[in-house]
Amino acid sequence: MESSIKASAAQPLRVRSGEVELAVRIYGEAGRPSVVLVHGYPDSNQVWHKVAAPLSGRYRVVTYDVRGAGESSAPRHAAAYGLEHLVADLAAVLDAVSPEHPVHLAAHDWGSIQGWEAVCTERLKGRVASYTSISGPSLDHAGYWVAQRLRSGAPRKMAKVLNQLMRSWYIGAFHLPLAAPLAWRLGLDQLWPKLLERMEGIDAGPAPSQAKDGRYGVNLYRANFSRRLLAPRERRTGVPVQLVVPTRDRFVSLELLEGLDQWVDQLWRRDVAAGHWLQLSHPELVQRYIGEFVDFIEGGEEPAGLRRARVHAAPTAGKGGSTRRWAGKLAIVTGAGSGIGRETLLLLAEQGAEVVAADIDPAAAERSAELARLLGATAHARKVDVGDAKAMENFAGWVATALGAPDIVVNNAGIGMAGRFLDTGTADWERILRVNLWGVIHGSRLFGRQMVAAGKPGHIVNVASALAFAPSRMLAAYATTKAAVAMLSDCLRAELEEQGIHVASVCPGMVDTPITAATRFVGVDEDEQERRRAGAGRLYARRNLKPRAVAAAIVKALETRKPEVLVGAEAHGARLLSRLSPGLSRRLARMEVSLQAP
Amino acid sequence: MGGSSSNGWDPAIADLDGFRAAQKLAYRCAEAVAQELTPGITEREAAILMKRWLAASGAEDCFHQPFAWFGDRTAFEGFIGFRHLGGFNPAFYPGSRRLEEGMPFILDCAPTLNGYTADIGYTGCLGGNRILDRMMDDLLEYRVLILELVKQRQNLSEISRAVDRLCARHGYEPRHKAYPFQVLAHRVDKLPADGRKHRSVLNFGVRNLENLVRDAVRGRHEGWSPLWNGGNASDHPPTPGLWAVEPHLGFRGVGAKWEELLVVTADGAFWLDDDVPQVRRWLSRGLQPLAMAA
Repeated sequence: MESSIKASAAQPLRVRSGEVELAVRIYGEAGRPSVVLVHGYPDSNQVWHKVAAPLSGRYRVVTYDVRGAGESSAPRHAAAYGLEHLVADLAAVLDAVSPEHPVHLAAHDWGSIQGWEAVCTERLKGRVASYTSISGPSLDHAGYWVAQRLRSGAPRKMAKVLNQLMRSWYIGAFHLPLAAPLAWRLGLDQLWPKLLERMEGIDAGPAPSQAKDGRYGVNLYRANFSRRLLAPRERRTGVPVQLVVPTRDRFVSLELLEGLDQWVDQLWRRDVAAGHWLQLSHPELVQRYIGEFVDFIEGGEEPAGLRRARVHAAPTAGKGGSTRRWAGKLAIVTGAGSGIGRETLLLLAEQGAEVVAADIDPAAAERSAELARLLGATAHARKVDVGDAKAMENFAGWVATALGAPDIVVNNAGIGMAGRFLDTGTADWERILRVNLWGVIHGSRLFGRQMVAAGKPGHIVNVASALAFAPSRMLAAYATTKAAVAMLSDCLRAELEEQGIHVASVCPGMVDTPITAATRFVGVDEDEQERRRAGAGRLYARRNLKPRAVAAAIVKALETRKPEVLVGAEAHGARLLSRLSPGLSRRLARMEVSLQAP
Repeated sequence: MGGSSSNGWDPAIADLDGFRAAQKLAYRCAEAVAQELTPGITEREAAILMKRWLAASGAEDCFHQPFAWFGDRTAFEGFIGFRHLGGFNPAFYPGSRRLEEGMPFILDCAPTLNGYTADIGYTGCLGGNRILDRMMDDLLEYRVLILELVKQRQNLSEISRAVDRLCARHGYEPRHKAYPFQVLAHRVDKLPADGRKHRSVLNFGVRNLENLVRDAVRGRHEGWSPLWNGGNASDHPPTPGLWAVEPHLGFRGVGAKWEELLVVTADGAFWLDDDVPQVRRWLSRGLQPLAMAA
């Protein structure tokens, strides 16, 4: 097996483990770090083929059929499928393929349940260098998880247990005598690829051993579930563990991963907006995540994305009740040098996010980043003109290479403009469209693509205005750009929904920000502009709606994944009016408010 | 008080020495009490320590009795930030908040010594606090800015707004806006030195308050105000006399301020004393542009 094999050409090997013979495949050259991939139920090693072949360009990759699946032998009795036997199988494979060097383990579903057992058991101590776990918790951890939540008596925690139980309905069904094996024998195997395509949207292709995989694999559940869940053992590990979490897994709830850091010394977690079979739906991503982790554990650098994914022990919430809700997330805020942008940046920083402050004023961006650092965040500052396509492309490129795809993008940069439509010149229009609309287009498009490619279940927040639905003769250009931003967000939301990306438009009322002091009033001379700016400033100051209130609403909307965020009574009023009485809304649009000094 | 000119008053050199002595006394008091602060002490206890220290050191009256704020109360967060009724808020008075490790604190006292009244603010922290360090560094810019604009004879309201803009640039809340009348500064005057102890009502010295009210009534007729804020009443150039200037910044539950006497003359202005704790701190940290501040 250590002969030189071309990448992607697998070398078969039979390995004996007690009564059982296991079918092993080895890809890639010897002498490189070994990555062992373990499949779940009802799959065979074939489920890894999209990942194993490309990975074998850099590592020696080993896959094998778990007992009962694929070309491995299948004991008849359920008891032969106990975790201790599965770990013995893995040990036999490791003895055969890498007797001297510890391997990097990556496993999915039932493979992952075995993987947890492997990294926690004394038997394989020192044999596993790192573990990437996809969609399969330790049954012991799960047992504790259930017990802790039931014992708490808190309705919210009990509901989480119920939620997980409902996802696990099929496990109960598997315990019925005959039913599941019979179903696989009666043609479920033929139906399975179609079911996967229909339910999960993945093309698994027909597997020759599907009927066998399904039929014998049921024993995995029968042999282990009740035993481990009802009498869980304390299972800890010093092996570095990377969780890759499909956030739309129908079979494993995300809550099951809460508090995992109590068992694992070194833990990373990366979320992907995808279903259960991640290695089929996002093979490049799985391959990249495994590769980055293996390289890091082998002594390489920790890429920014991996560094952010580190799970740190949750610090006890301070008296202010501050939580680290956004720890491990990367947030980009444009126009972050002042006003709503700066406050949003700081609030996200305070709640644990790594932040990038982008602003056309580099000193202001740097100041925001510095404040974010004082709040304990990792923060970066970049000078960016959001209306400049080239500059935005460069900025997005820098983010992708230096930091990885963002989790949160707040397209906030904007300028103000007031005055009559007929007085608004072409240059004025070009200027405001460039920043207020093109800025949002560039930001949404460039970072939206990065999020989709990285499978990030992220957020795109576009800051519009209550004027998006409240017409006014005094603010024709500004209101037009903001209405466009709101509509852009609505369309984008429809498109990105299926990628798990949340798109929000934020419509604040009269917020007291520096934008009023920089607003251009068209059709009047410079002195009159100054007077009106001062007048608007006083009006907005008297309204006293703070940027911090908008920031709080934005961050809350990230949690609730709300599509539209209204801030201020006037925003709610205008929204209501635009729906209930558009006629009155049109009448009000004719009003002109004097901005002269009192 | 020596009201020589109608629009304020030009202090004599001898008077300045008296004010300087009062200010030094006030800062010595704050520094001495700051040294004694330990975890668990309440604001009220700290204020009483200051009051006793001042009384024992010869202060016969005050502009106000000593204030002490701990923790997020230094940033006037919560009920203390309630600004209605012109900012007169009972939460302003020293309360039962206990000092903890890492907490910022502000001590503010305004003793009258031989008829000369000072009003100072002193910010510190029990242990280290990175946010507070940064704010204290940044407070240097306010000292430079205010003096510069006063020398330019800009309207006091405009200077207030310039301070607000600097706060916005820094990312801080201008918390002096939570003070009564949102003052950035207020006048202090000379009282007759009669060698007797005097009373205060609701923690404010009666004689000093009386002066302030008299100034306010007079200023109203003459178009100036002894209370310096961003409102219309401060739409006038700096009035000669002594001003207790107190920019107060807030950021994420941390507040920082200094308060010092600014001497405004008919054609210039200068800080009464550069030998004050905050300036010594900036010097020790090598911060620029200190030459301008001094």
